[in-house]
Order: sequence, then structure tokens, then C-alpha cells
Amino acid sequence: MYSVVKRRQLSDSIVLLEVEAPAVAKKAKPGEFVIVRQNEESERIPLTIMDFSPEKGTITIVIQEVGFSSALITRMQEGDAFIDFVGPLGQATEIENYGTVLCVGGGVGIAPVHPIARGLKEAGNKVISVLGARCKDLLILEEEMRAVSDEVVITTDDGSYGMKGFVTHGIQSVLDKGVKIDAIWAIGPVIMMKSVANFTRPLGIKTIVSMNPVMVDGTGMCGACRLDVGGETKFACVDGPEFDAHKVDFDLAMKRSAFFRNEEAVAYNNFKCQCEKEGK
Amino acid sequence: MASKAPRHEMPCQDAIARGKNFSEVALGYPTEFAIEEAKRCVQCKKPKCVEGCPVNVDIPQFIEKVAEGQFLEAAKILKSKNTLPAICGRVCPQETQCESKCLLGVKGESVAIGRLERFVADYEMANGTSKFVKPAPSGKKVAIIGAGPAGLTCAAELAREGHAVTVFEALHVAGGVLMYGIPEFRLPKAIVQKEINSLKDMGVEILVNQVVGKVTSVQELMDSGYDAVFIGTGAGLPYFMNIPGENLNGVYSANEFLTRSNLMKAYNFPANATPIKVGEQVAVLGGGNVAMDAARTALRLGAKDVYIVYRRSMTELPARAEEVHHAEEEGIQFKILTNPVQINGDENGNVKSMTCLKYELGEPDASGRRKPIAIEGSEFELPVQTVVVSIGQGPNPLVTTTTKGLALNKHGNIVADENTMATSIPGVYAGGDIVTGAATVILAMGAGKTAAASINEYLKTK
Ligand SMILES: Cc1cc2nc3c(=O)[nH]c(=O)nc-3n(C[C@H](O)[C@H](O)[C@H](O)COP(=O)(O)OP(=O)(O)OC[C@H]3O[C@@H](n4cnc5c(N)ncnc54)[C@H](O)[C@@H]3O)c2cc1C
Ligand SMILES: Cc1cc2nc3c(=O)[nH]c(=O)nc-3n(C[C@H](O)[C@H](O)[C@H](O)COP(=O)(O)OP(=O)(O)OC[C@H]3O[C@@H](n4cnc5c(N)ncnc54)[C@H](O)[C@@H]3O)c2cc1C
Ligand code: SF4
Ligand code: SF4
Ligand code: FES
Repeated sequence: MYSVVKRRQLSDSIVLLEVEAPAVAKKAKPGEFVIVRQNEESERIPLTIMDFSPEKGTITIVIQEVGFSSALITRMQEGDAFIDFVGPLGQATEIENYGTVLCVGGGVGIAPVHPIARGLKEAGNKVISVLGARCKDLLILEEEMRAVSDEVVITTDDGSYGMKGFVTHGIQSVLDKGVKIDAIWAIGPVIMMKSVANFTRPLGIKTIVSMNPVMVDGTGMCGACRLDVGGETKFACVDGPEFDAHKVDFDLAMKRSAFFRNEEAVAYNNFKCQCEKEGK
Repeated sequence: MASKAPRHEMPCQDAIARGKNFSEVALGYPTEFAIEEAKRCVQCKKPKCVEGCPVNVDIPQFIEKVAEGQFLEAAKILKSKNTLPAICGRVCPQETQCESKCLLGVKGESVAIGRLERFVADYEMANGTSKFVKPAPSGKKVAIIGAGPAGLTCAAELAREGHAVTVFEALHVAGGVLMYGIPEFRLPKAIVQKEINSLKDMGVEILVNQVVGKVTSVQELMDSGYDAVFIGTGAGLPYFMNIPGENLNGVYSANEFLTRSNLMKAYNFPANATPIKVGEQVAVLGGGNVAMDAARTALRLGAKDVYIVYRRSMTELPARAEEVHHAEEEGIQFKILTNPVQINGDENGNVKSMTCLKYELGEPDASGRRKPIAIEGSEFELPVQTVVVSIGQGPNPLVTTTTKGLALNKHGNIVADENTMATSIPGVYAGGDIVTGAATVILAMGAGKTAAASINEYLKTK
């Protein structure tokens, strides 16, 4: 069950896995996520559904190694299997014909933007994608994004590819051409989503972000994933993960996701030492 | 007369030692205690104790067998009414149920019915050999949503009738609150899993990782060939106080705190990869079983001072008496007649203290309990780094909001007929916490059993 049928290394630290999960694949929609456990001792960790094929019965995920649990998963090979793979979870993206939409992805956040861009394109929108990465080598899924976008703008922090700068510079460049943007989806590091929100707030452009707080069950049972949205407490796993960017308290979200940082570092360092010993 | 003998104490792990481990606190009766305790029962002709038990266990009959040393016989009698006696013997609030009605309790101490139940169930688990004989298949299929005590009991009863039963469970293990909520030191998970394995031996199929409402729905289950559905999804939605500071780091719902520790075994971090963090001072808000479990878990995770913060007095604590007693023995501090008004954080967003008010008890309110009234000017600050909110749980809406035509009450609980557990949709039944709101294991089991009987009747008409 839940075996990896395809693996592709997208960058040093980012891996794409196509996983057998027929029941999930039958129901998946853009914007939803899964929760996985790699083995019997593993954490339950949330990952956005990047692609789904009801015919093949597979779900594609893209994961970046940032700590112990993600490291275990990025090291999985074809034929390896997850012990648990639950989904689809969360509220799907509200796909409609808005007119001209901007799909902004930063880093590994480009992966979850992909099915949204495709869905919006299929619904008749003009899709302009703005993809950001620290440098050229870290840019992922460029071709896939070009295939579902009318136009693609690329930004890199160091200028090694596309425009030099952040995704907000990319958004500005689109506005500079006189394009009227009807809605924006922005997914990436919280700090990126916060800057996009601050950038579009005065312009009054509808902006949606996909939040990624710490989660446990993913069904609304524990409250670990709570966020402040417009002064109200929301559970990202059932009320989100997509929210109106102009209402999210990003500073609180950043503080909350740092709560277990020291503990997580212990687990990750143990793992890296172990790998070194075993010469992996 | 035998009944003058005092009730036998439960042997327990030493209070100081057990505060540092997750092994079971109550060790169970040795054989001679069980027999002597059983002999205290005077075998009433009209046993009141049975009326106090929600599933009407034949209490004097099974106790008689214990007194005679016929433990497997006792188990048979017990199991004819209660499918999970090893669990109920450990977690039933006996003092308000069977034991509260015991004749001996009127003048002295009631028979330790729960402890005897546990003894018999454990004995049978270790020594029993009886194998389930599969009945002829009925050709009917039933889907059960939720693998808590309600769903599991319903599944067992239906399997006995030869129906093909499939249980859909959202989490990665079956057991519901028995696995994710009630801690190992009170209910060893191996016991729960043994009970679940015996269900599997009966032919019940348990599918984990299935969030109904997402991956499938009640309607789809009916359309795909299930002849009836039972919903036992429990009360899994955590309530918060809605006071300032509740989203600070270090504030957990009891569900999160206990799930990390029990289900994900965070007490064994980093060997088990899920982390948990407690400060030196921990406040647990609430006074029920959930609060006691959270407080005692916090102690075992290394907290120095653990406070139960409860706005009424010791006599109103809704937790099982034994748990309150164990908590006190272990050094949990009870800050009663106290309620928080605000949680305060440091510059990194971590909890550093809680502002509380003192209360006094006024006239009895609608619930018959004396109403707590805040004392003006009694504000004080309690330094804590962790707060666990254990003030109750509501119904999770994932199933209820995705099932068209399912009648709900104003709290979002499913409306089910008390006598049949039938919902507003023909062929769909419900029971346990999703119907009653957070209650007890044995009530959930009773509901599962009643529903199974109705489903059985319903299937005959199909
Ligand atoms: C709904 C949702 C969808 C997600 N989708 C994806 C996805 O498609 N691909 C992917 O690679 N990751 C995704 N994530 C994040 C992923 O779940 C985490 O990266 C993973 O749990 C980290 O586990 P770890 O043990 O490897 O790292 P940890 O040791 O837990 O963390 C390592 C470092 O990363 C930081 N960190 C951990 N989790 C997050 C987070 N959620 N946001 C920001 N910083 C964090 C920690 O503070 C720490 O500094 C998603 C999260 C959510 C909630
Ligand atoms: C910490 C704690 C301590 C307690 N202590 C005691 C005690 O000492 N004595 C006592 O008698 N009672 C106690 N209780 C109460 C008792 O555990 C509950 O009343 C009982 O478990 C209710 O049983 P249930 O089957 O209705 O629901 P649950 O046990 O809650 O089981 C419901 C199951 O349904 C699953 N589910 C939910 N939604 C879905 C979905 N959409 N799809 C699929 N599956 C789903 C859940 O994951 C869960 O496994 C305690 C409760 C808690 C939380
Ligand atoms: S099931 Fe519970 S209430 Fe009934 S006899 Fe056993 S311990 Fe008492
Ligand atoms: S009421 Fe007490 S003494 Fe009488 S039968 Fe029940 S357990 Fe025995
Ligand atoms: S992850 Fe538990 S409520 Fe959202």
C-alpha cells in the first residue's frame, strides 16, 4: 500500500514522489493535502497534493528536506512505501473564472501552486505565473508551470535566472505592463506570503494564501493548526489551508511554527549523525 | 457475615515512582484478593447494582463464579453483556454507576465490582482459549464510521449475526479515545489492541486512514452496496476558553496534548518522531477525566508543578473518584474555585503566566450544582509555561455536514431515537459521544449495542 511508483529529484533538497493511493486520487482536488507517516515511529506530516490521477490511482507530492521527517521521505526510492497516507484533507481551492489571475509560487511552494494554476486555466482564466527561487538551481517545475500558464515570470534572489529580486518584484513587473489582476494565489514560505499580502493589500487585489502550520491529525480534532484569521481562531486543516491573505496574522503563524524548533533540531541532528556513520 | 469484611484496596505502583513512568498505575487484584472480594457480595435477589450498569451486566452471577474460582465461567457471563470488560473494568466511573447502587454501599463500602470485572477480563485474556465460531454469512453489509467504543461494539454485535462489517477509521489506528485520549498508565494500549484483534478474528474489517466526509461519504457508502450505516464518530472537536492569549506557544488543547503523548508516543521522543514540550509549571484547565489525564501526563513528561485549575470545588469535580485520588497522591495541585481570564506571553510568543480570578459558590444553577461567582478584586498571576485546555469537546462536523438530510440538534450532535439509535435517514444509525456529547465508554458501548440490535431488525426487512 501507498508505494512510491515514481521518484524525481527536482533540486538538491526537493524530491517529487508519485504515490499509489487510489481512494485519495479518486477524490483529490486542487488545494487539498494529505497527511503521511513514513514508518511506525514517524510523525504525521502534511503535504500538499501536487498532482492526482484517478486513472492511475496515484497522488504526486513534492517535498523539501527541512528536518528529520522530511529527510526520511526525500530518501524514499521507487518501491518504498508509506505506512499511512490520509486524504484528501482541507478545503479545495475555489476555482472559478475570475478573469486574469496571478499564481505565485516561492521555493517548494511552486508545487502546490501547480494544480491550482491548471484548475484556474481550465476554468477559463488567463493565468500568469510568478515563480521565485533563491537561485537558478533551486527553481523547480518550470516546464510544468509553463504548460498551465499563459505567461511565466521568474525571479531569483541572486539574479542567476529571470529577474533579480523577490516575487513581489515579479508581481510589480506584471502590473507595470498595465495588466489588471483579478485575483492572486500565493504559496511559499510564510515570510513570502506575508510580503505578498502586504504588497497587494493597498492595491485591493483579492489574494489567497495556503498556510502550513504544524498539524497532527488534520481532521479538526487537535487544534494544533490554529491560526488567527481576521481576529477569529481558525483550524487550518479543516477551515483552510487557503485563507484570505489580508486577514491572516502571519507573525503569529511564524511564532507558532517555531515552537518545536529545538526538539526538531535534536531529531534531525541525530539522523544526520547516523547517516554519516553509515556513510550515506 | 462476609459482608463485614473491608473492601480490598487496589494494589498500585508507588506514587512517587509512577510519576516518572508511563506504566499502568493500578496493578490489578491478585487471585486471593479477587476471591475474597467476590465473597463480600451478598448475592441480592433483586440486585440494585445491575440497574446502575448501563449495559446491565449480570453482576451477582459473574461475581459468584469468581468466588468459586471459576474465572472463565465468570468471563463468559460478563462478556454476554459487555464486549470490552478489560477496558470497562479500568475506566468505568463505577462509583456513579454499578457500585453506587450496591447494597453494601448503603452502610459501608460497596463491592469492588469494577476491579473484579478487570480481574476476570485480564484472566481470560491470559488464559482463555474460547474461539469465536463464525456464524453463517447473512449476505448483508454494514459500514461503521469511527472505531471508538461505540463503533467497535456495534461491529462486534453485527459480526455475531453473520453480517459483513467494515469499520472506517480516520486515524491510523482503531480505538478512538481509548487509543488517542486515555493514557497508557491508565489503560495500556496493548489491551485495547488485543480487544481490537479479537474483533478482526471475528471477521470485522477495519480500514484505517479513512476520513469519512472527505474520502467517502455516508451517501456513497449506501450507494456502493452497504445495507446500513452506523455513525460513531465521537466528540472530537476541542473547545477553547476564548480568552486572550490562547494561541500563544505552549497552549495545547487536551486533545493535542494527549494525542501527541498517547497516539504518537511523544513521551518516547526522539525514538518516536513526534515532539511534545512541557514547562516546569503547567496549568490544566478543567476538572474532568480529560483534565486528570492531561495533568498526570504532564507530570510524567517532567513538569515540576502541575495545577488543575477548576472554577468549582472538589465535590463538583466530574472526574472519576479514583483518578482524582491518584492525581492527588502523585502531587497534582488543585487550584479550585479559580478560573483564568487571560494567558500572558513573552516576546517570542511563549506562555509565561496566566491571570486568574478566585471564585466562590453561590446558589445551585440549572444543573443543580452551586454556581461559581467571581470574587471582585481577587485577580492574581500564576506563573506557568504550559497551559492545557480541557474544558470539553464537541461533535466534529466532517461527517454530519456532508450527510444530506441528517437531523442535528443545536449543538451539532446527531439526533437519534433513544430506543433504536435510528437517525432521520432510513438505514443510518448513530450512537456514542456524537449523539450524547462527551460521555463515557460504557454509554457509548451501550449505544453501539442498541444500534446493532436495531440494524439487525432493519436488515431483516431488506
Ligand atoms: C497544509 C500543509 C501543506 C504542506 N505542503 C508541503 C509540501 O507540499 N511540500 C513540502 O515540502 N512541505 C509541505 N508542508 C510543510 C511540511 O509539512 C513540513 O516541512 C514538514 O512537516 C517538516 O517536517 P520535518 O520533521 O522534516 O521538519 P521539522 O524538523 O519539523 O522542521 C524543520 C524546520 O522547518 C521549519 N518548519 C517546519 N514546518 C514548517 C512549516 N509548515 N512552515 C514553515 N516552516 C516549517 C521548522 O520551524 C524548522 O525550523 C506543508 C505543510 C502544511 C501544513
Ligand atoms: C482523555 C479522556 C479520558 C476519558 N476518560 C474516561 C474514563 O475514564 N471513563 C469513561 O467511561 N470515559 C472516559 N472518557 C470518555 C470516553 O472515552 C468517550 O465517551 C468514549 O470514547 C466515546 O466513544 P465513541 O465511540 O462515541 O467515540 P470516540 O472514542 O471518540 O471514537 C470516535 C472515533 O471516530 C473516529 N472518527 C471521527 N470522525 C471520523 C470520520 N469523519 N471518519 C472516520 N472516522 C472518524 C475518530 O477518529 C475516533 O476513532 C474519556 C475521554 C477522554 C477524551
Ligand atoms: S460495565 Fe461498568 S458500570 Fe457495568 S458493571 Fe462493569 S464496571 Fe460497572
Ligand atoms: S448490590 Fe452489591 S451485594 Fe448486591 S448483588 Fe450487587 S454487588 Fe452483590
Ligand atoms: S491538525 Fe489537528 S485540528 Fe488541525
